[in-house]
Amino acid sequence: MSAHVLAFAESRGGDLRRAGLEAVTAARRIADARGGQVHAILFGAAGIGAHAAALGAHGADRVIVVEHAGFTHNNPEAVAATIAAKMSGYGAFVATASATGKDVAPRVAAKLQVPMAADATAFEVKGDAITVTHPGYTGKILQSITLTASPAILSVRAGAYLPVANAKAGEVEAVAPAADPAASRVRVTETAAGNSAKLDLGEAPVIVSGGRGLKEAANFSLVEALAAAFGNAAVGATRAVTDDGWRPHADQIGQTGRLVSPDLYIACGISGAIQHLAGMRTSKTIVAINKDTEAPIFKVADYGVVGDVLEILPVLTEAVKRAKAS
Amino acid sequence: MKIAVCIKRVPDMDVRFKIAPSGTAVDETGLKFDISDFDGYAVEAALQIKEKLNAGEVVVISLGGDVVQETLRKAMSMGADRAVQLKADGTHVDSFAIASALAAELKDGGYDLIMFGRMSIDTAHGVTGAIVAELLGLPCVNAISKLEFDGRTAKMRRELEGAYELVECALPAVVTIDEGIARPRYPSLKGIMAAKKKPLETKPAQLPAARLSLDALALPPERAAGRIIGEGTAAVPELVRLLKEEAKVL
Repeated sequence: MSAHVLAFAESRGGDLRRAGLEAVTAARRIADARGGQVHAILFGAAGIGAHAAALGAHGADRVIVVEHAGFTHNNPEAVAATIAAKMSGYGAFVATASATGKDVAPRVAAKLQVPMAADATAFEVKGDAITVTHPGYTGKILQSITLTASPAILSVRAGAYLPVANAKAGEVEAVAPAADPAASRVRVTETAAGNSAKLDLGEAPVIVSGGRGLKEAANFSLVEALAAAFGNAAVGATRAVTDDGWRPHADQIGQTGRLVSPDLYIACGISGAIQHLAGMRTSKTIVAINKDTEAPIFKVADYGVVGDVLEILPVLTEAVKRAKAS
Repeated sequence: MKIAVCIKRVPDMDVRFKIAPSGTAVDETGLKFDISDFDGYAVEAALQIKEKLNAGEVVVISLGGDVVQETLRKAMSMGADRAVQLKADGTHVDSFAIASALAAELKDGGYDLIMFGRMSIDTAHGVTGAIVAELLGLPCVNAISKLEFDGRTAKMRRELEGAYELVECALPAVVTIDEGIARPRYPSLKGIMAAKKKPLETKPAQLPAARLSLDALALPPERAAGRIIGEGTAAVPELVRLLKEEAKVL
C-alpha cells in the first residue's frame, strides 16, 4: 500500500478555501505516520495554480493542478473522476467535510469500490488501518470506526484539523481532467455568494445567535451589532427563527442545520431546545442571555445572564467595543 | 414520474442515549422511532412533485428488520403509493454495503428520480445517496434545498458555506434533500386508514459483507454544569471580565 496521501484542495470562485488547507493538514498526519508524502489536488479555471504555494506552505509536497474552464464552478462529476483516476498511487484520500467535500468524497469512494469514513472529528493511524471518531445521534454518541480497505477514503469535519504552517516543496504537477468537464451531467450554472463579506458559521471563532426571544426579525440588528463589535463573529439562528423566515435557512444552527463549535457561542433569546443544542453544544465557551431562568440553554451555558435580551444586547455590544479598543 | 424515496427508521433524538452492553449499539429500550428528519423532507418533496404533475408513483424503500415496516406505513400514510422492505436484521455500519443493497433494488425499477435525505439523523454519515448514484451510473446532486422541473431537467439549489449553487441535471437522477425544501405533512386519518391497504413488499436485502468495523460507541464528555452569573444589564461588566480573563475569548 502506498504511504502517500491525496488531499482535496477545495477552492471556490478562484479562491483556495480554508477547507483545502485543513484537508492537507489532516492528510499530513497520515503521511507522516506512514513515511509518505502529501499531494494536494486543486481544481479550477485557468490561474487556480497560483494557490500551489499556499498549499506547499501548509504541508503539500506536491500540488496537482487541474485547470479547465469547466471548473469555473464546482463540477463534482469531473472532479471525482479525476481524483479516482489518480488514486492508484495513494493509500488514502482526505477531504474536509464541507458542502463541497461531502459531495465529492463518497463519489470517489464509490468509483474505487471502497467503503469510506465520513465527517471524522479525530482519527488515529494504526499501521494500515485508520480509526476515526465520528459524532452521530446529534452529537450524543461518538462512533469509533476502523477503515482497513485501501485506499482509505475519509472526510474530516471542518475545524477539526486547523491549518498549520509546515513548509514543504509544493512542487506543481499540471494534469488534465480524467473526464471532460463539459460533458458532466450535473451542471452548476451559478455560484452565488449568500453573504460573501461575512464570516461563515463553520469558520468564525465567535458566533452570536438569536432565537424567538428577540421577538421580531428587525431585532436581529442587535445580534448583528454584537457580532460586528467582536469583528470575528458570524450570526446564527434557531430553527424556529429560520422557519418563520426571519433569517435564511443557511443560518440555522442545530440538528438539521449547521453543526458548529466556535471558541465562543453567544445564545441570545434562545431557550435551548434539544434540536438547537445538538448544533452548538461542543462550542468551547457558551454564553446565554434569556429571561427565563428555567430555559434549558442555561444548563449548558458557562456564563448565563438572566434578563431581557433586547435591553442587554446594546449594553454588551458597547462593553465589547470598549474591551476590543483597550 | 416514478419516484423512489429511500428512508431510514431512527430513534427520537430528544433523549439521553445509553449504550447497549455490546458496546457497539445504542440501547433501544424505551426509545421512540420515526422517519429520519431529512428522509421525511424527501418523502414530502416527492409527494408534492406527484401532486403537481397529478401523475406518477412514489415508492418508499427501507433497509432493516421488520420494525421498518412501521416507518414505511407512516410514509404511505403521508401519501406514498407502495413500499419495499429490504430485510436485513442487525445494525449496519458500512454505507457502501447498504448502498449496494439499495442499488440492487433500484437498478431495474425504472425510476425517474431517486431521493434520499442528505444524511440520517442517527449515524449521520451522509454518503449513501451519492454511492447509490455512482453504483447505478446515475447523476447525483447532493443536499438540495430547492427542486423544480423544466420538462425532464431538474433545476436545483444547493446551500454552501456562505453561498449557494444553482444546479441542473437531466432525469433520471439521484438527489439528496436538505432542510428548507418542504415541511413534511402529518398523516391524515384517511391517509392512515388507506396506508393499511397499500402494498408493502418484503424481500431479502442483497447486503454484501461490511468492509469497515464499528469498534465502539462512547458518550461524549459532559459539559460542566451551567452557571448563571447575574441578572440584567448589571451583569454585563462581570460577563465581559469573565470572557476576557477566564475564557480568554475577548
